[in-house]
Amino acid sequence: MRQLITFIRKEFLHVFRDRKTLLMLFGLPIAQIVLFGFALSNEIKNSHIAVVDYSKDAVTTKLISKISGSPYFNIQRSLAGAEELNAAFKKGNIKMAVIFPAGFGDDLIHTGKATMQVIADASDPNQATTITNYLTNIVNDFNSDLAQDASQPMQIEPEVQMMYNPELRGAPNFVPGVMALVLMLVCTMMTSVAIVREKELGTMEILLVSPFKPIYIIISKLAPNLLISVVNLIIILVLSDIFLDLPVKGSLLLLVTGTVLFIMTSLSIGLLLSISAKTQQAAMMGSLMGMMLPTMLLTGFLFPIENMPVALQVLSNLVPSRWYFIIIKRVMLKGLGFESVWREMLILTGMCVLLFTISLRQFKIRLQ
Amino acid sequence: METVIHTDRLTKRFGSFIAANELTFDVAKGEIFGFLGANGAGKTTAMRMLCGLLAPSSGKATIAGFDVYTQTERIKNSIGYMSQKFSLYDDLTVAENIRFYAGIYGMSGPAIRAKTTQLLEELQLQKEAKTLVRELPLGWKQKLSFSVSIVHEPEIVFLDEPTGGVDPVTRRQFWDLIYAASDKGVTVFVTTHYMDEAEYCNRVSIMVDGVIAALDSPVRLKGQFGSGSMEDVFYELARKAKRKGD
Amino acid sequence: MKTLGFLLEKEFRQLLRNRQLLRTLLLAPLIQLIILPLAADYTVKNIGIAVADNDHSTTSLRLIEKIVSSGYFKLQGYTASYHDALGMVEADKADLALQIPAHFESDLVREDKKQVYVAINAIEGTKANLGGAYLNSIISDFNENVRAQWQVGSASTGSPEEAPQVSVASSNWYNIFLNYHLYMVPAILVTLVTAMVAMQSAFNIVQEKESGTIEQINVTPIKKHIFIIGKMVPFMVLGIVLFTMGLLVGWIGYGIVPLGSLWVLYVSLIVYLFSMLGLGLLIATYSGTQQQAMSLSFFFINIFNMMSGVFTAVDSMPAWAQAIVTTFPPSHFIKIMRAVVLKGSGFSDILPWLGALAVIGIVLNGWAVLNYRKTS
Repeated sequence: MRQLITFIRKEFLHVFRDRKTLLMLFGLPIAQIVLFGFALSNEIKNSHIAVVDYSKDAVTTKLISKISGSPYFNIQRSLAGAEELNAAFKKGNIKMAVIFPAGFGDDLIHTGKATMQVIADASDPNQATTITNYLTNIVNDFNSDLAQDASQPMQIEPEVQMMYNPELRGAPNFVPGVMALVLMLVCTMMTSVAIVREKELGTMEILLVSPFKPIYIIISKLAPNLLISVVNLIIILVLSDIFLDLPVKGSLLLLVTGTVLFIMTSLSIGLLLSISAKTQQAAMMGSLMGMMLPTMLLTGFLFPIENMPVALQVLSNLVPSRWYFIIIKRVMLKGLGFESVWREMLILTGMCVLLFTISLRQFKIRLQ
Repeated sequence: METVIHTDRLTKRFGSFIAANELTFDVAKGEIFGFLGANGAGKTTAMRMLCGLLAPSSGKATIAGFDVYTQTERIKNSIGYMSQKFSLYDDLTVAENIRFYAGIYGMSGPAIRAKTTQLLEELQLQKEAKTLVRELPLGWKQKLSFSVSIVHEPEIVFLDEPTGGVDPVTRRQFWDLIYAASDKGVTVFVTTHYMDEAEYCNRVSIMVDGVIAALDSPVRLKGQFGSGSMEDVFYELARKAKRKGD
Repeated sequence: MKTLGFLLEKEFRQLLRNRQLLRTLLLAPLIQLIILPLAADYTVKNIGIAVADNDHSTTSLRLIEKIVSSGYFKLQGYTASYHDALGMVEADKADLALQIPAHFESDLVREDKKQVYVAINAIEGTKANLGGAYLNSIISDFNENVRAQWQVGSASTGSPEEAPQVSVASSNWYNIFLNYHLYMVPAILVTLVTAMVAMQSAFNIVQEKESGTIEQINVTPIKKHIFIIGKMVPFMVLGIVLFTMGLLVGWIGYGIVPLGSLWVLYVSLIVYLFSMLGLGLLIATYSGTQQQAMSLSFFFINIFNMMSGVFTAVDSMPAWAQAIVTTFPPSHFIKIMRAVVLKGSGFSDILPWLGALAVIGIVLNGWAVLNYRKTS
């Protein structure tokens, strides 16, 4: 036990001696989460659009001003003719074009019907669908304005309530997602690199010839990273509360427990990686190139998992951050208790124990 | 005799710490100049200034006639350098390392080929030309490293503890290479911890706490301190040091 | 110039000798490029809905049926009360709760007006937004039908004169089938090239620092800029090879053929690689160990991935964030890629982005060269 403490102390010294690294370990993850929390949003607004008005009458003027009054659209310019559209789309200046054919207002007044044309740049299908929807809603609104005199019978009025995030901010979704992503990658990387570094420097051999149990070496390698991550977590939670208005609604203890479980799992992945990697470069390639994008996509905070092909849905079950993401959302944002996250906690525990056992065994094999 | 290294009150400060204090000495062409001192005495700092790797704080120095403040790039053409850290590329072969270093000193293709053959012969490494450097034993690596550092036939070569961790036989062979270079007129500036190696030098300077405490030929130094070996001379001087070693 | 040749020879030898690294560098990104676009699908479908129907009338049943048959929603279950439906949202069993209150049908007829209540889990903004919009338009559609039917049923009492109506005819250009892969594959390729090139160039230089060989180089008369060019060219070549393989994967795997000219793509790629290599270099000059280089590259790559418009729209960020994003090389190159591949944009179209890339590249490289000192 005394040995273990000596050893852990050495590991802490390594980490804390090097100010630059330390600054990076704390500063960079926190900077990312704050930056993303403020900047990211998947609300689509301020889309730049162009208007081609062949009619130029009172109706189109009114409709255009209604469109430009909406926060979703930003009328970039009025084009003289539809032939300029392709060029404007190709330059990426506009996302959508609205075309009023000649005689639009007359048609509306005389025949009671007029059709406007909407062309969306569908290279981003999601944005195209969304802004077409927004525009249709504005036009519907305009129609009800027109019909105001003729009172509408049998009006069904949906009363919509946005739960947990009434202003549809990006932060409630992105902060937990990025927390899961960053904690997982940082833990994996730091662990794998720390061990491989000792291998490269040759100091690992010295440790291995000492009368020191391998498990102690492993534990002492993991301890500083665990501590750093927990401190990071606490700073992130405080910052989220103060700056992003995202307090922990549920039990702090539960959240921290879940996080520690998750961190341990990530550390075990790093451990496993370090055993197969010979150089720091290989360890980094594995943890960064290999894990970054898959983690980003399969955690579920960017794209809904239920939309993915079944094989990928199955694969996503193996990504620890997916389960952690659920835990943070439920505990931090919804304020739910243990009864609603115990399954996810159990899965993380299982992963952690399994990975740790495998890497411990591998570590021993290498010793012989 | 022609002077190739000339320093005049050369000083390096790091904040309030004076690593090298008013060093003044001359080294003549073809001389083997030993630069001794305990760890932390300021040897490496001095050497890095002379190689143009570190800008001096004050004082003057010229290397092969070039000023260390303004002509560092010219200096680099006239010197070779072998650092404490092994500095060949592990993942290149013996021949490729020679080719690379000769190439970046601007040697032409045929000259490089001739030089490679000659070096391999001198080192008796003909069979290992296509071996990756990482697979060579340490002693061979050090000898190769030295040969590579003078591949462009510089006027001066700086060796920073070149024989650390090498067995006595290989060290002996290493010094044979140094003598051979010196015979060709190359000036050798070498730091070492081995006192027997100090005996091999034409002249030796001993640094204590950033200052040159003694400078003369090994024989005269021994006479001056009335001791039988350089070991005793060094001990006599080094124990007066107030700074701690690293 | 001659020394540059020797430098390049050495760099390529080292690169090609390390087969394992080379394989990882090329294969790992390609495998990801094949698989990951499948995961990046934003098409909103299968929105889970929990319904509390307290009316149980024909109208309420028909409304529910219309919602479910729209294809966007998946009925997760009926609950007795609105409270229970909200409970399902809370437990993540449904994304949306709908309550049709008691007397819905009769009030609609008698009072010409009745509310339905909708609660959406808005943690995931996009889903909430789209789900709400879809539901709204389905309900208003349904409303029209009910009205029309009821009016027919009550034998047109001279129907309140038909209100004039503007209708919208929408069309989708450049991606008529709204195929999300078309949009994601080019961007994912950019992120993969970015990660590989920027990181590797940084690591490579820091490795020379750590192993001490850089000191040996520093005492040679080699010029700073020659050394830096020697470090950049191999990674530029590697980047171009990876990019080319990526285009092939996009073509074979997803049937994506760039509409615009390859020549425009490759010129942009080279300018892009130039600026990203500048970043790698800069990271290298600021880090003493591979660990530091790694932390810094991770930081930048993660920020680039999250903020350059790969997964989230830059337009919807606050102005200050958009200003920051303009300094990110990938944000410009991703725009170029998408424009050239999907819309067939030419040089004149992408010039502003290309210019921005060049400026960023010059700044980053200049900064790195100034910061890389042979003399300390």
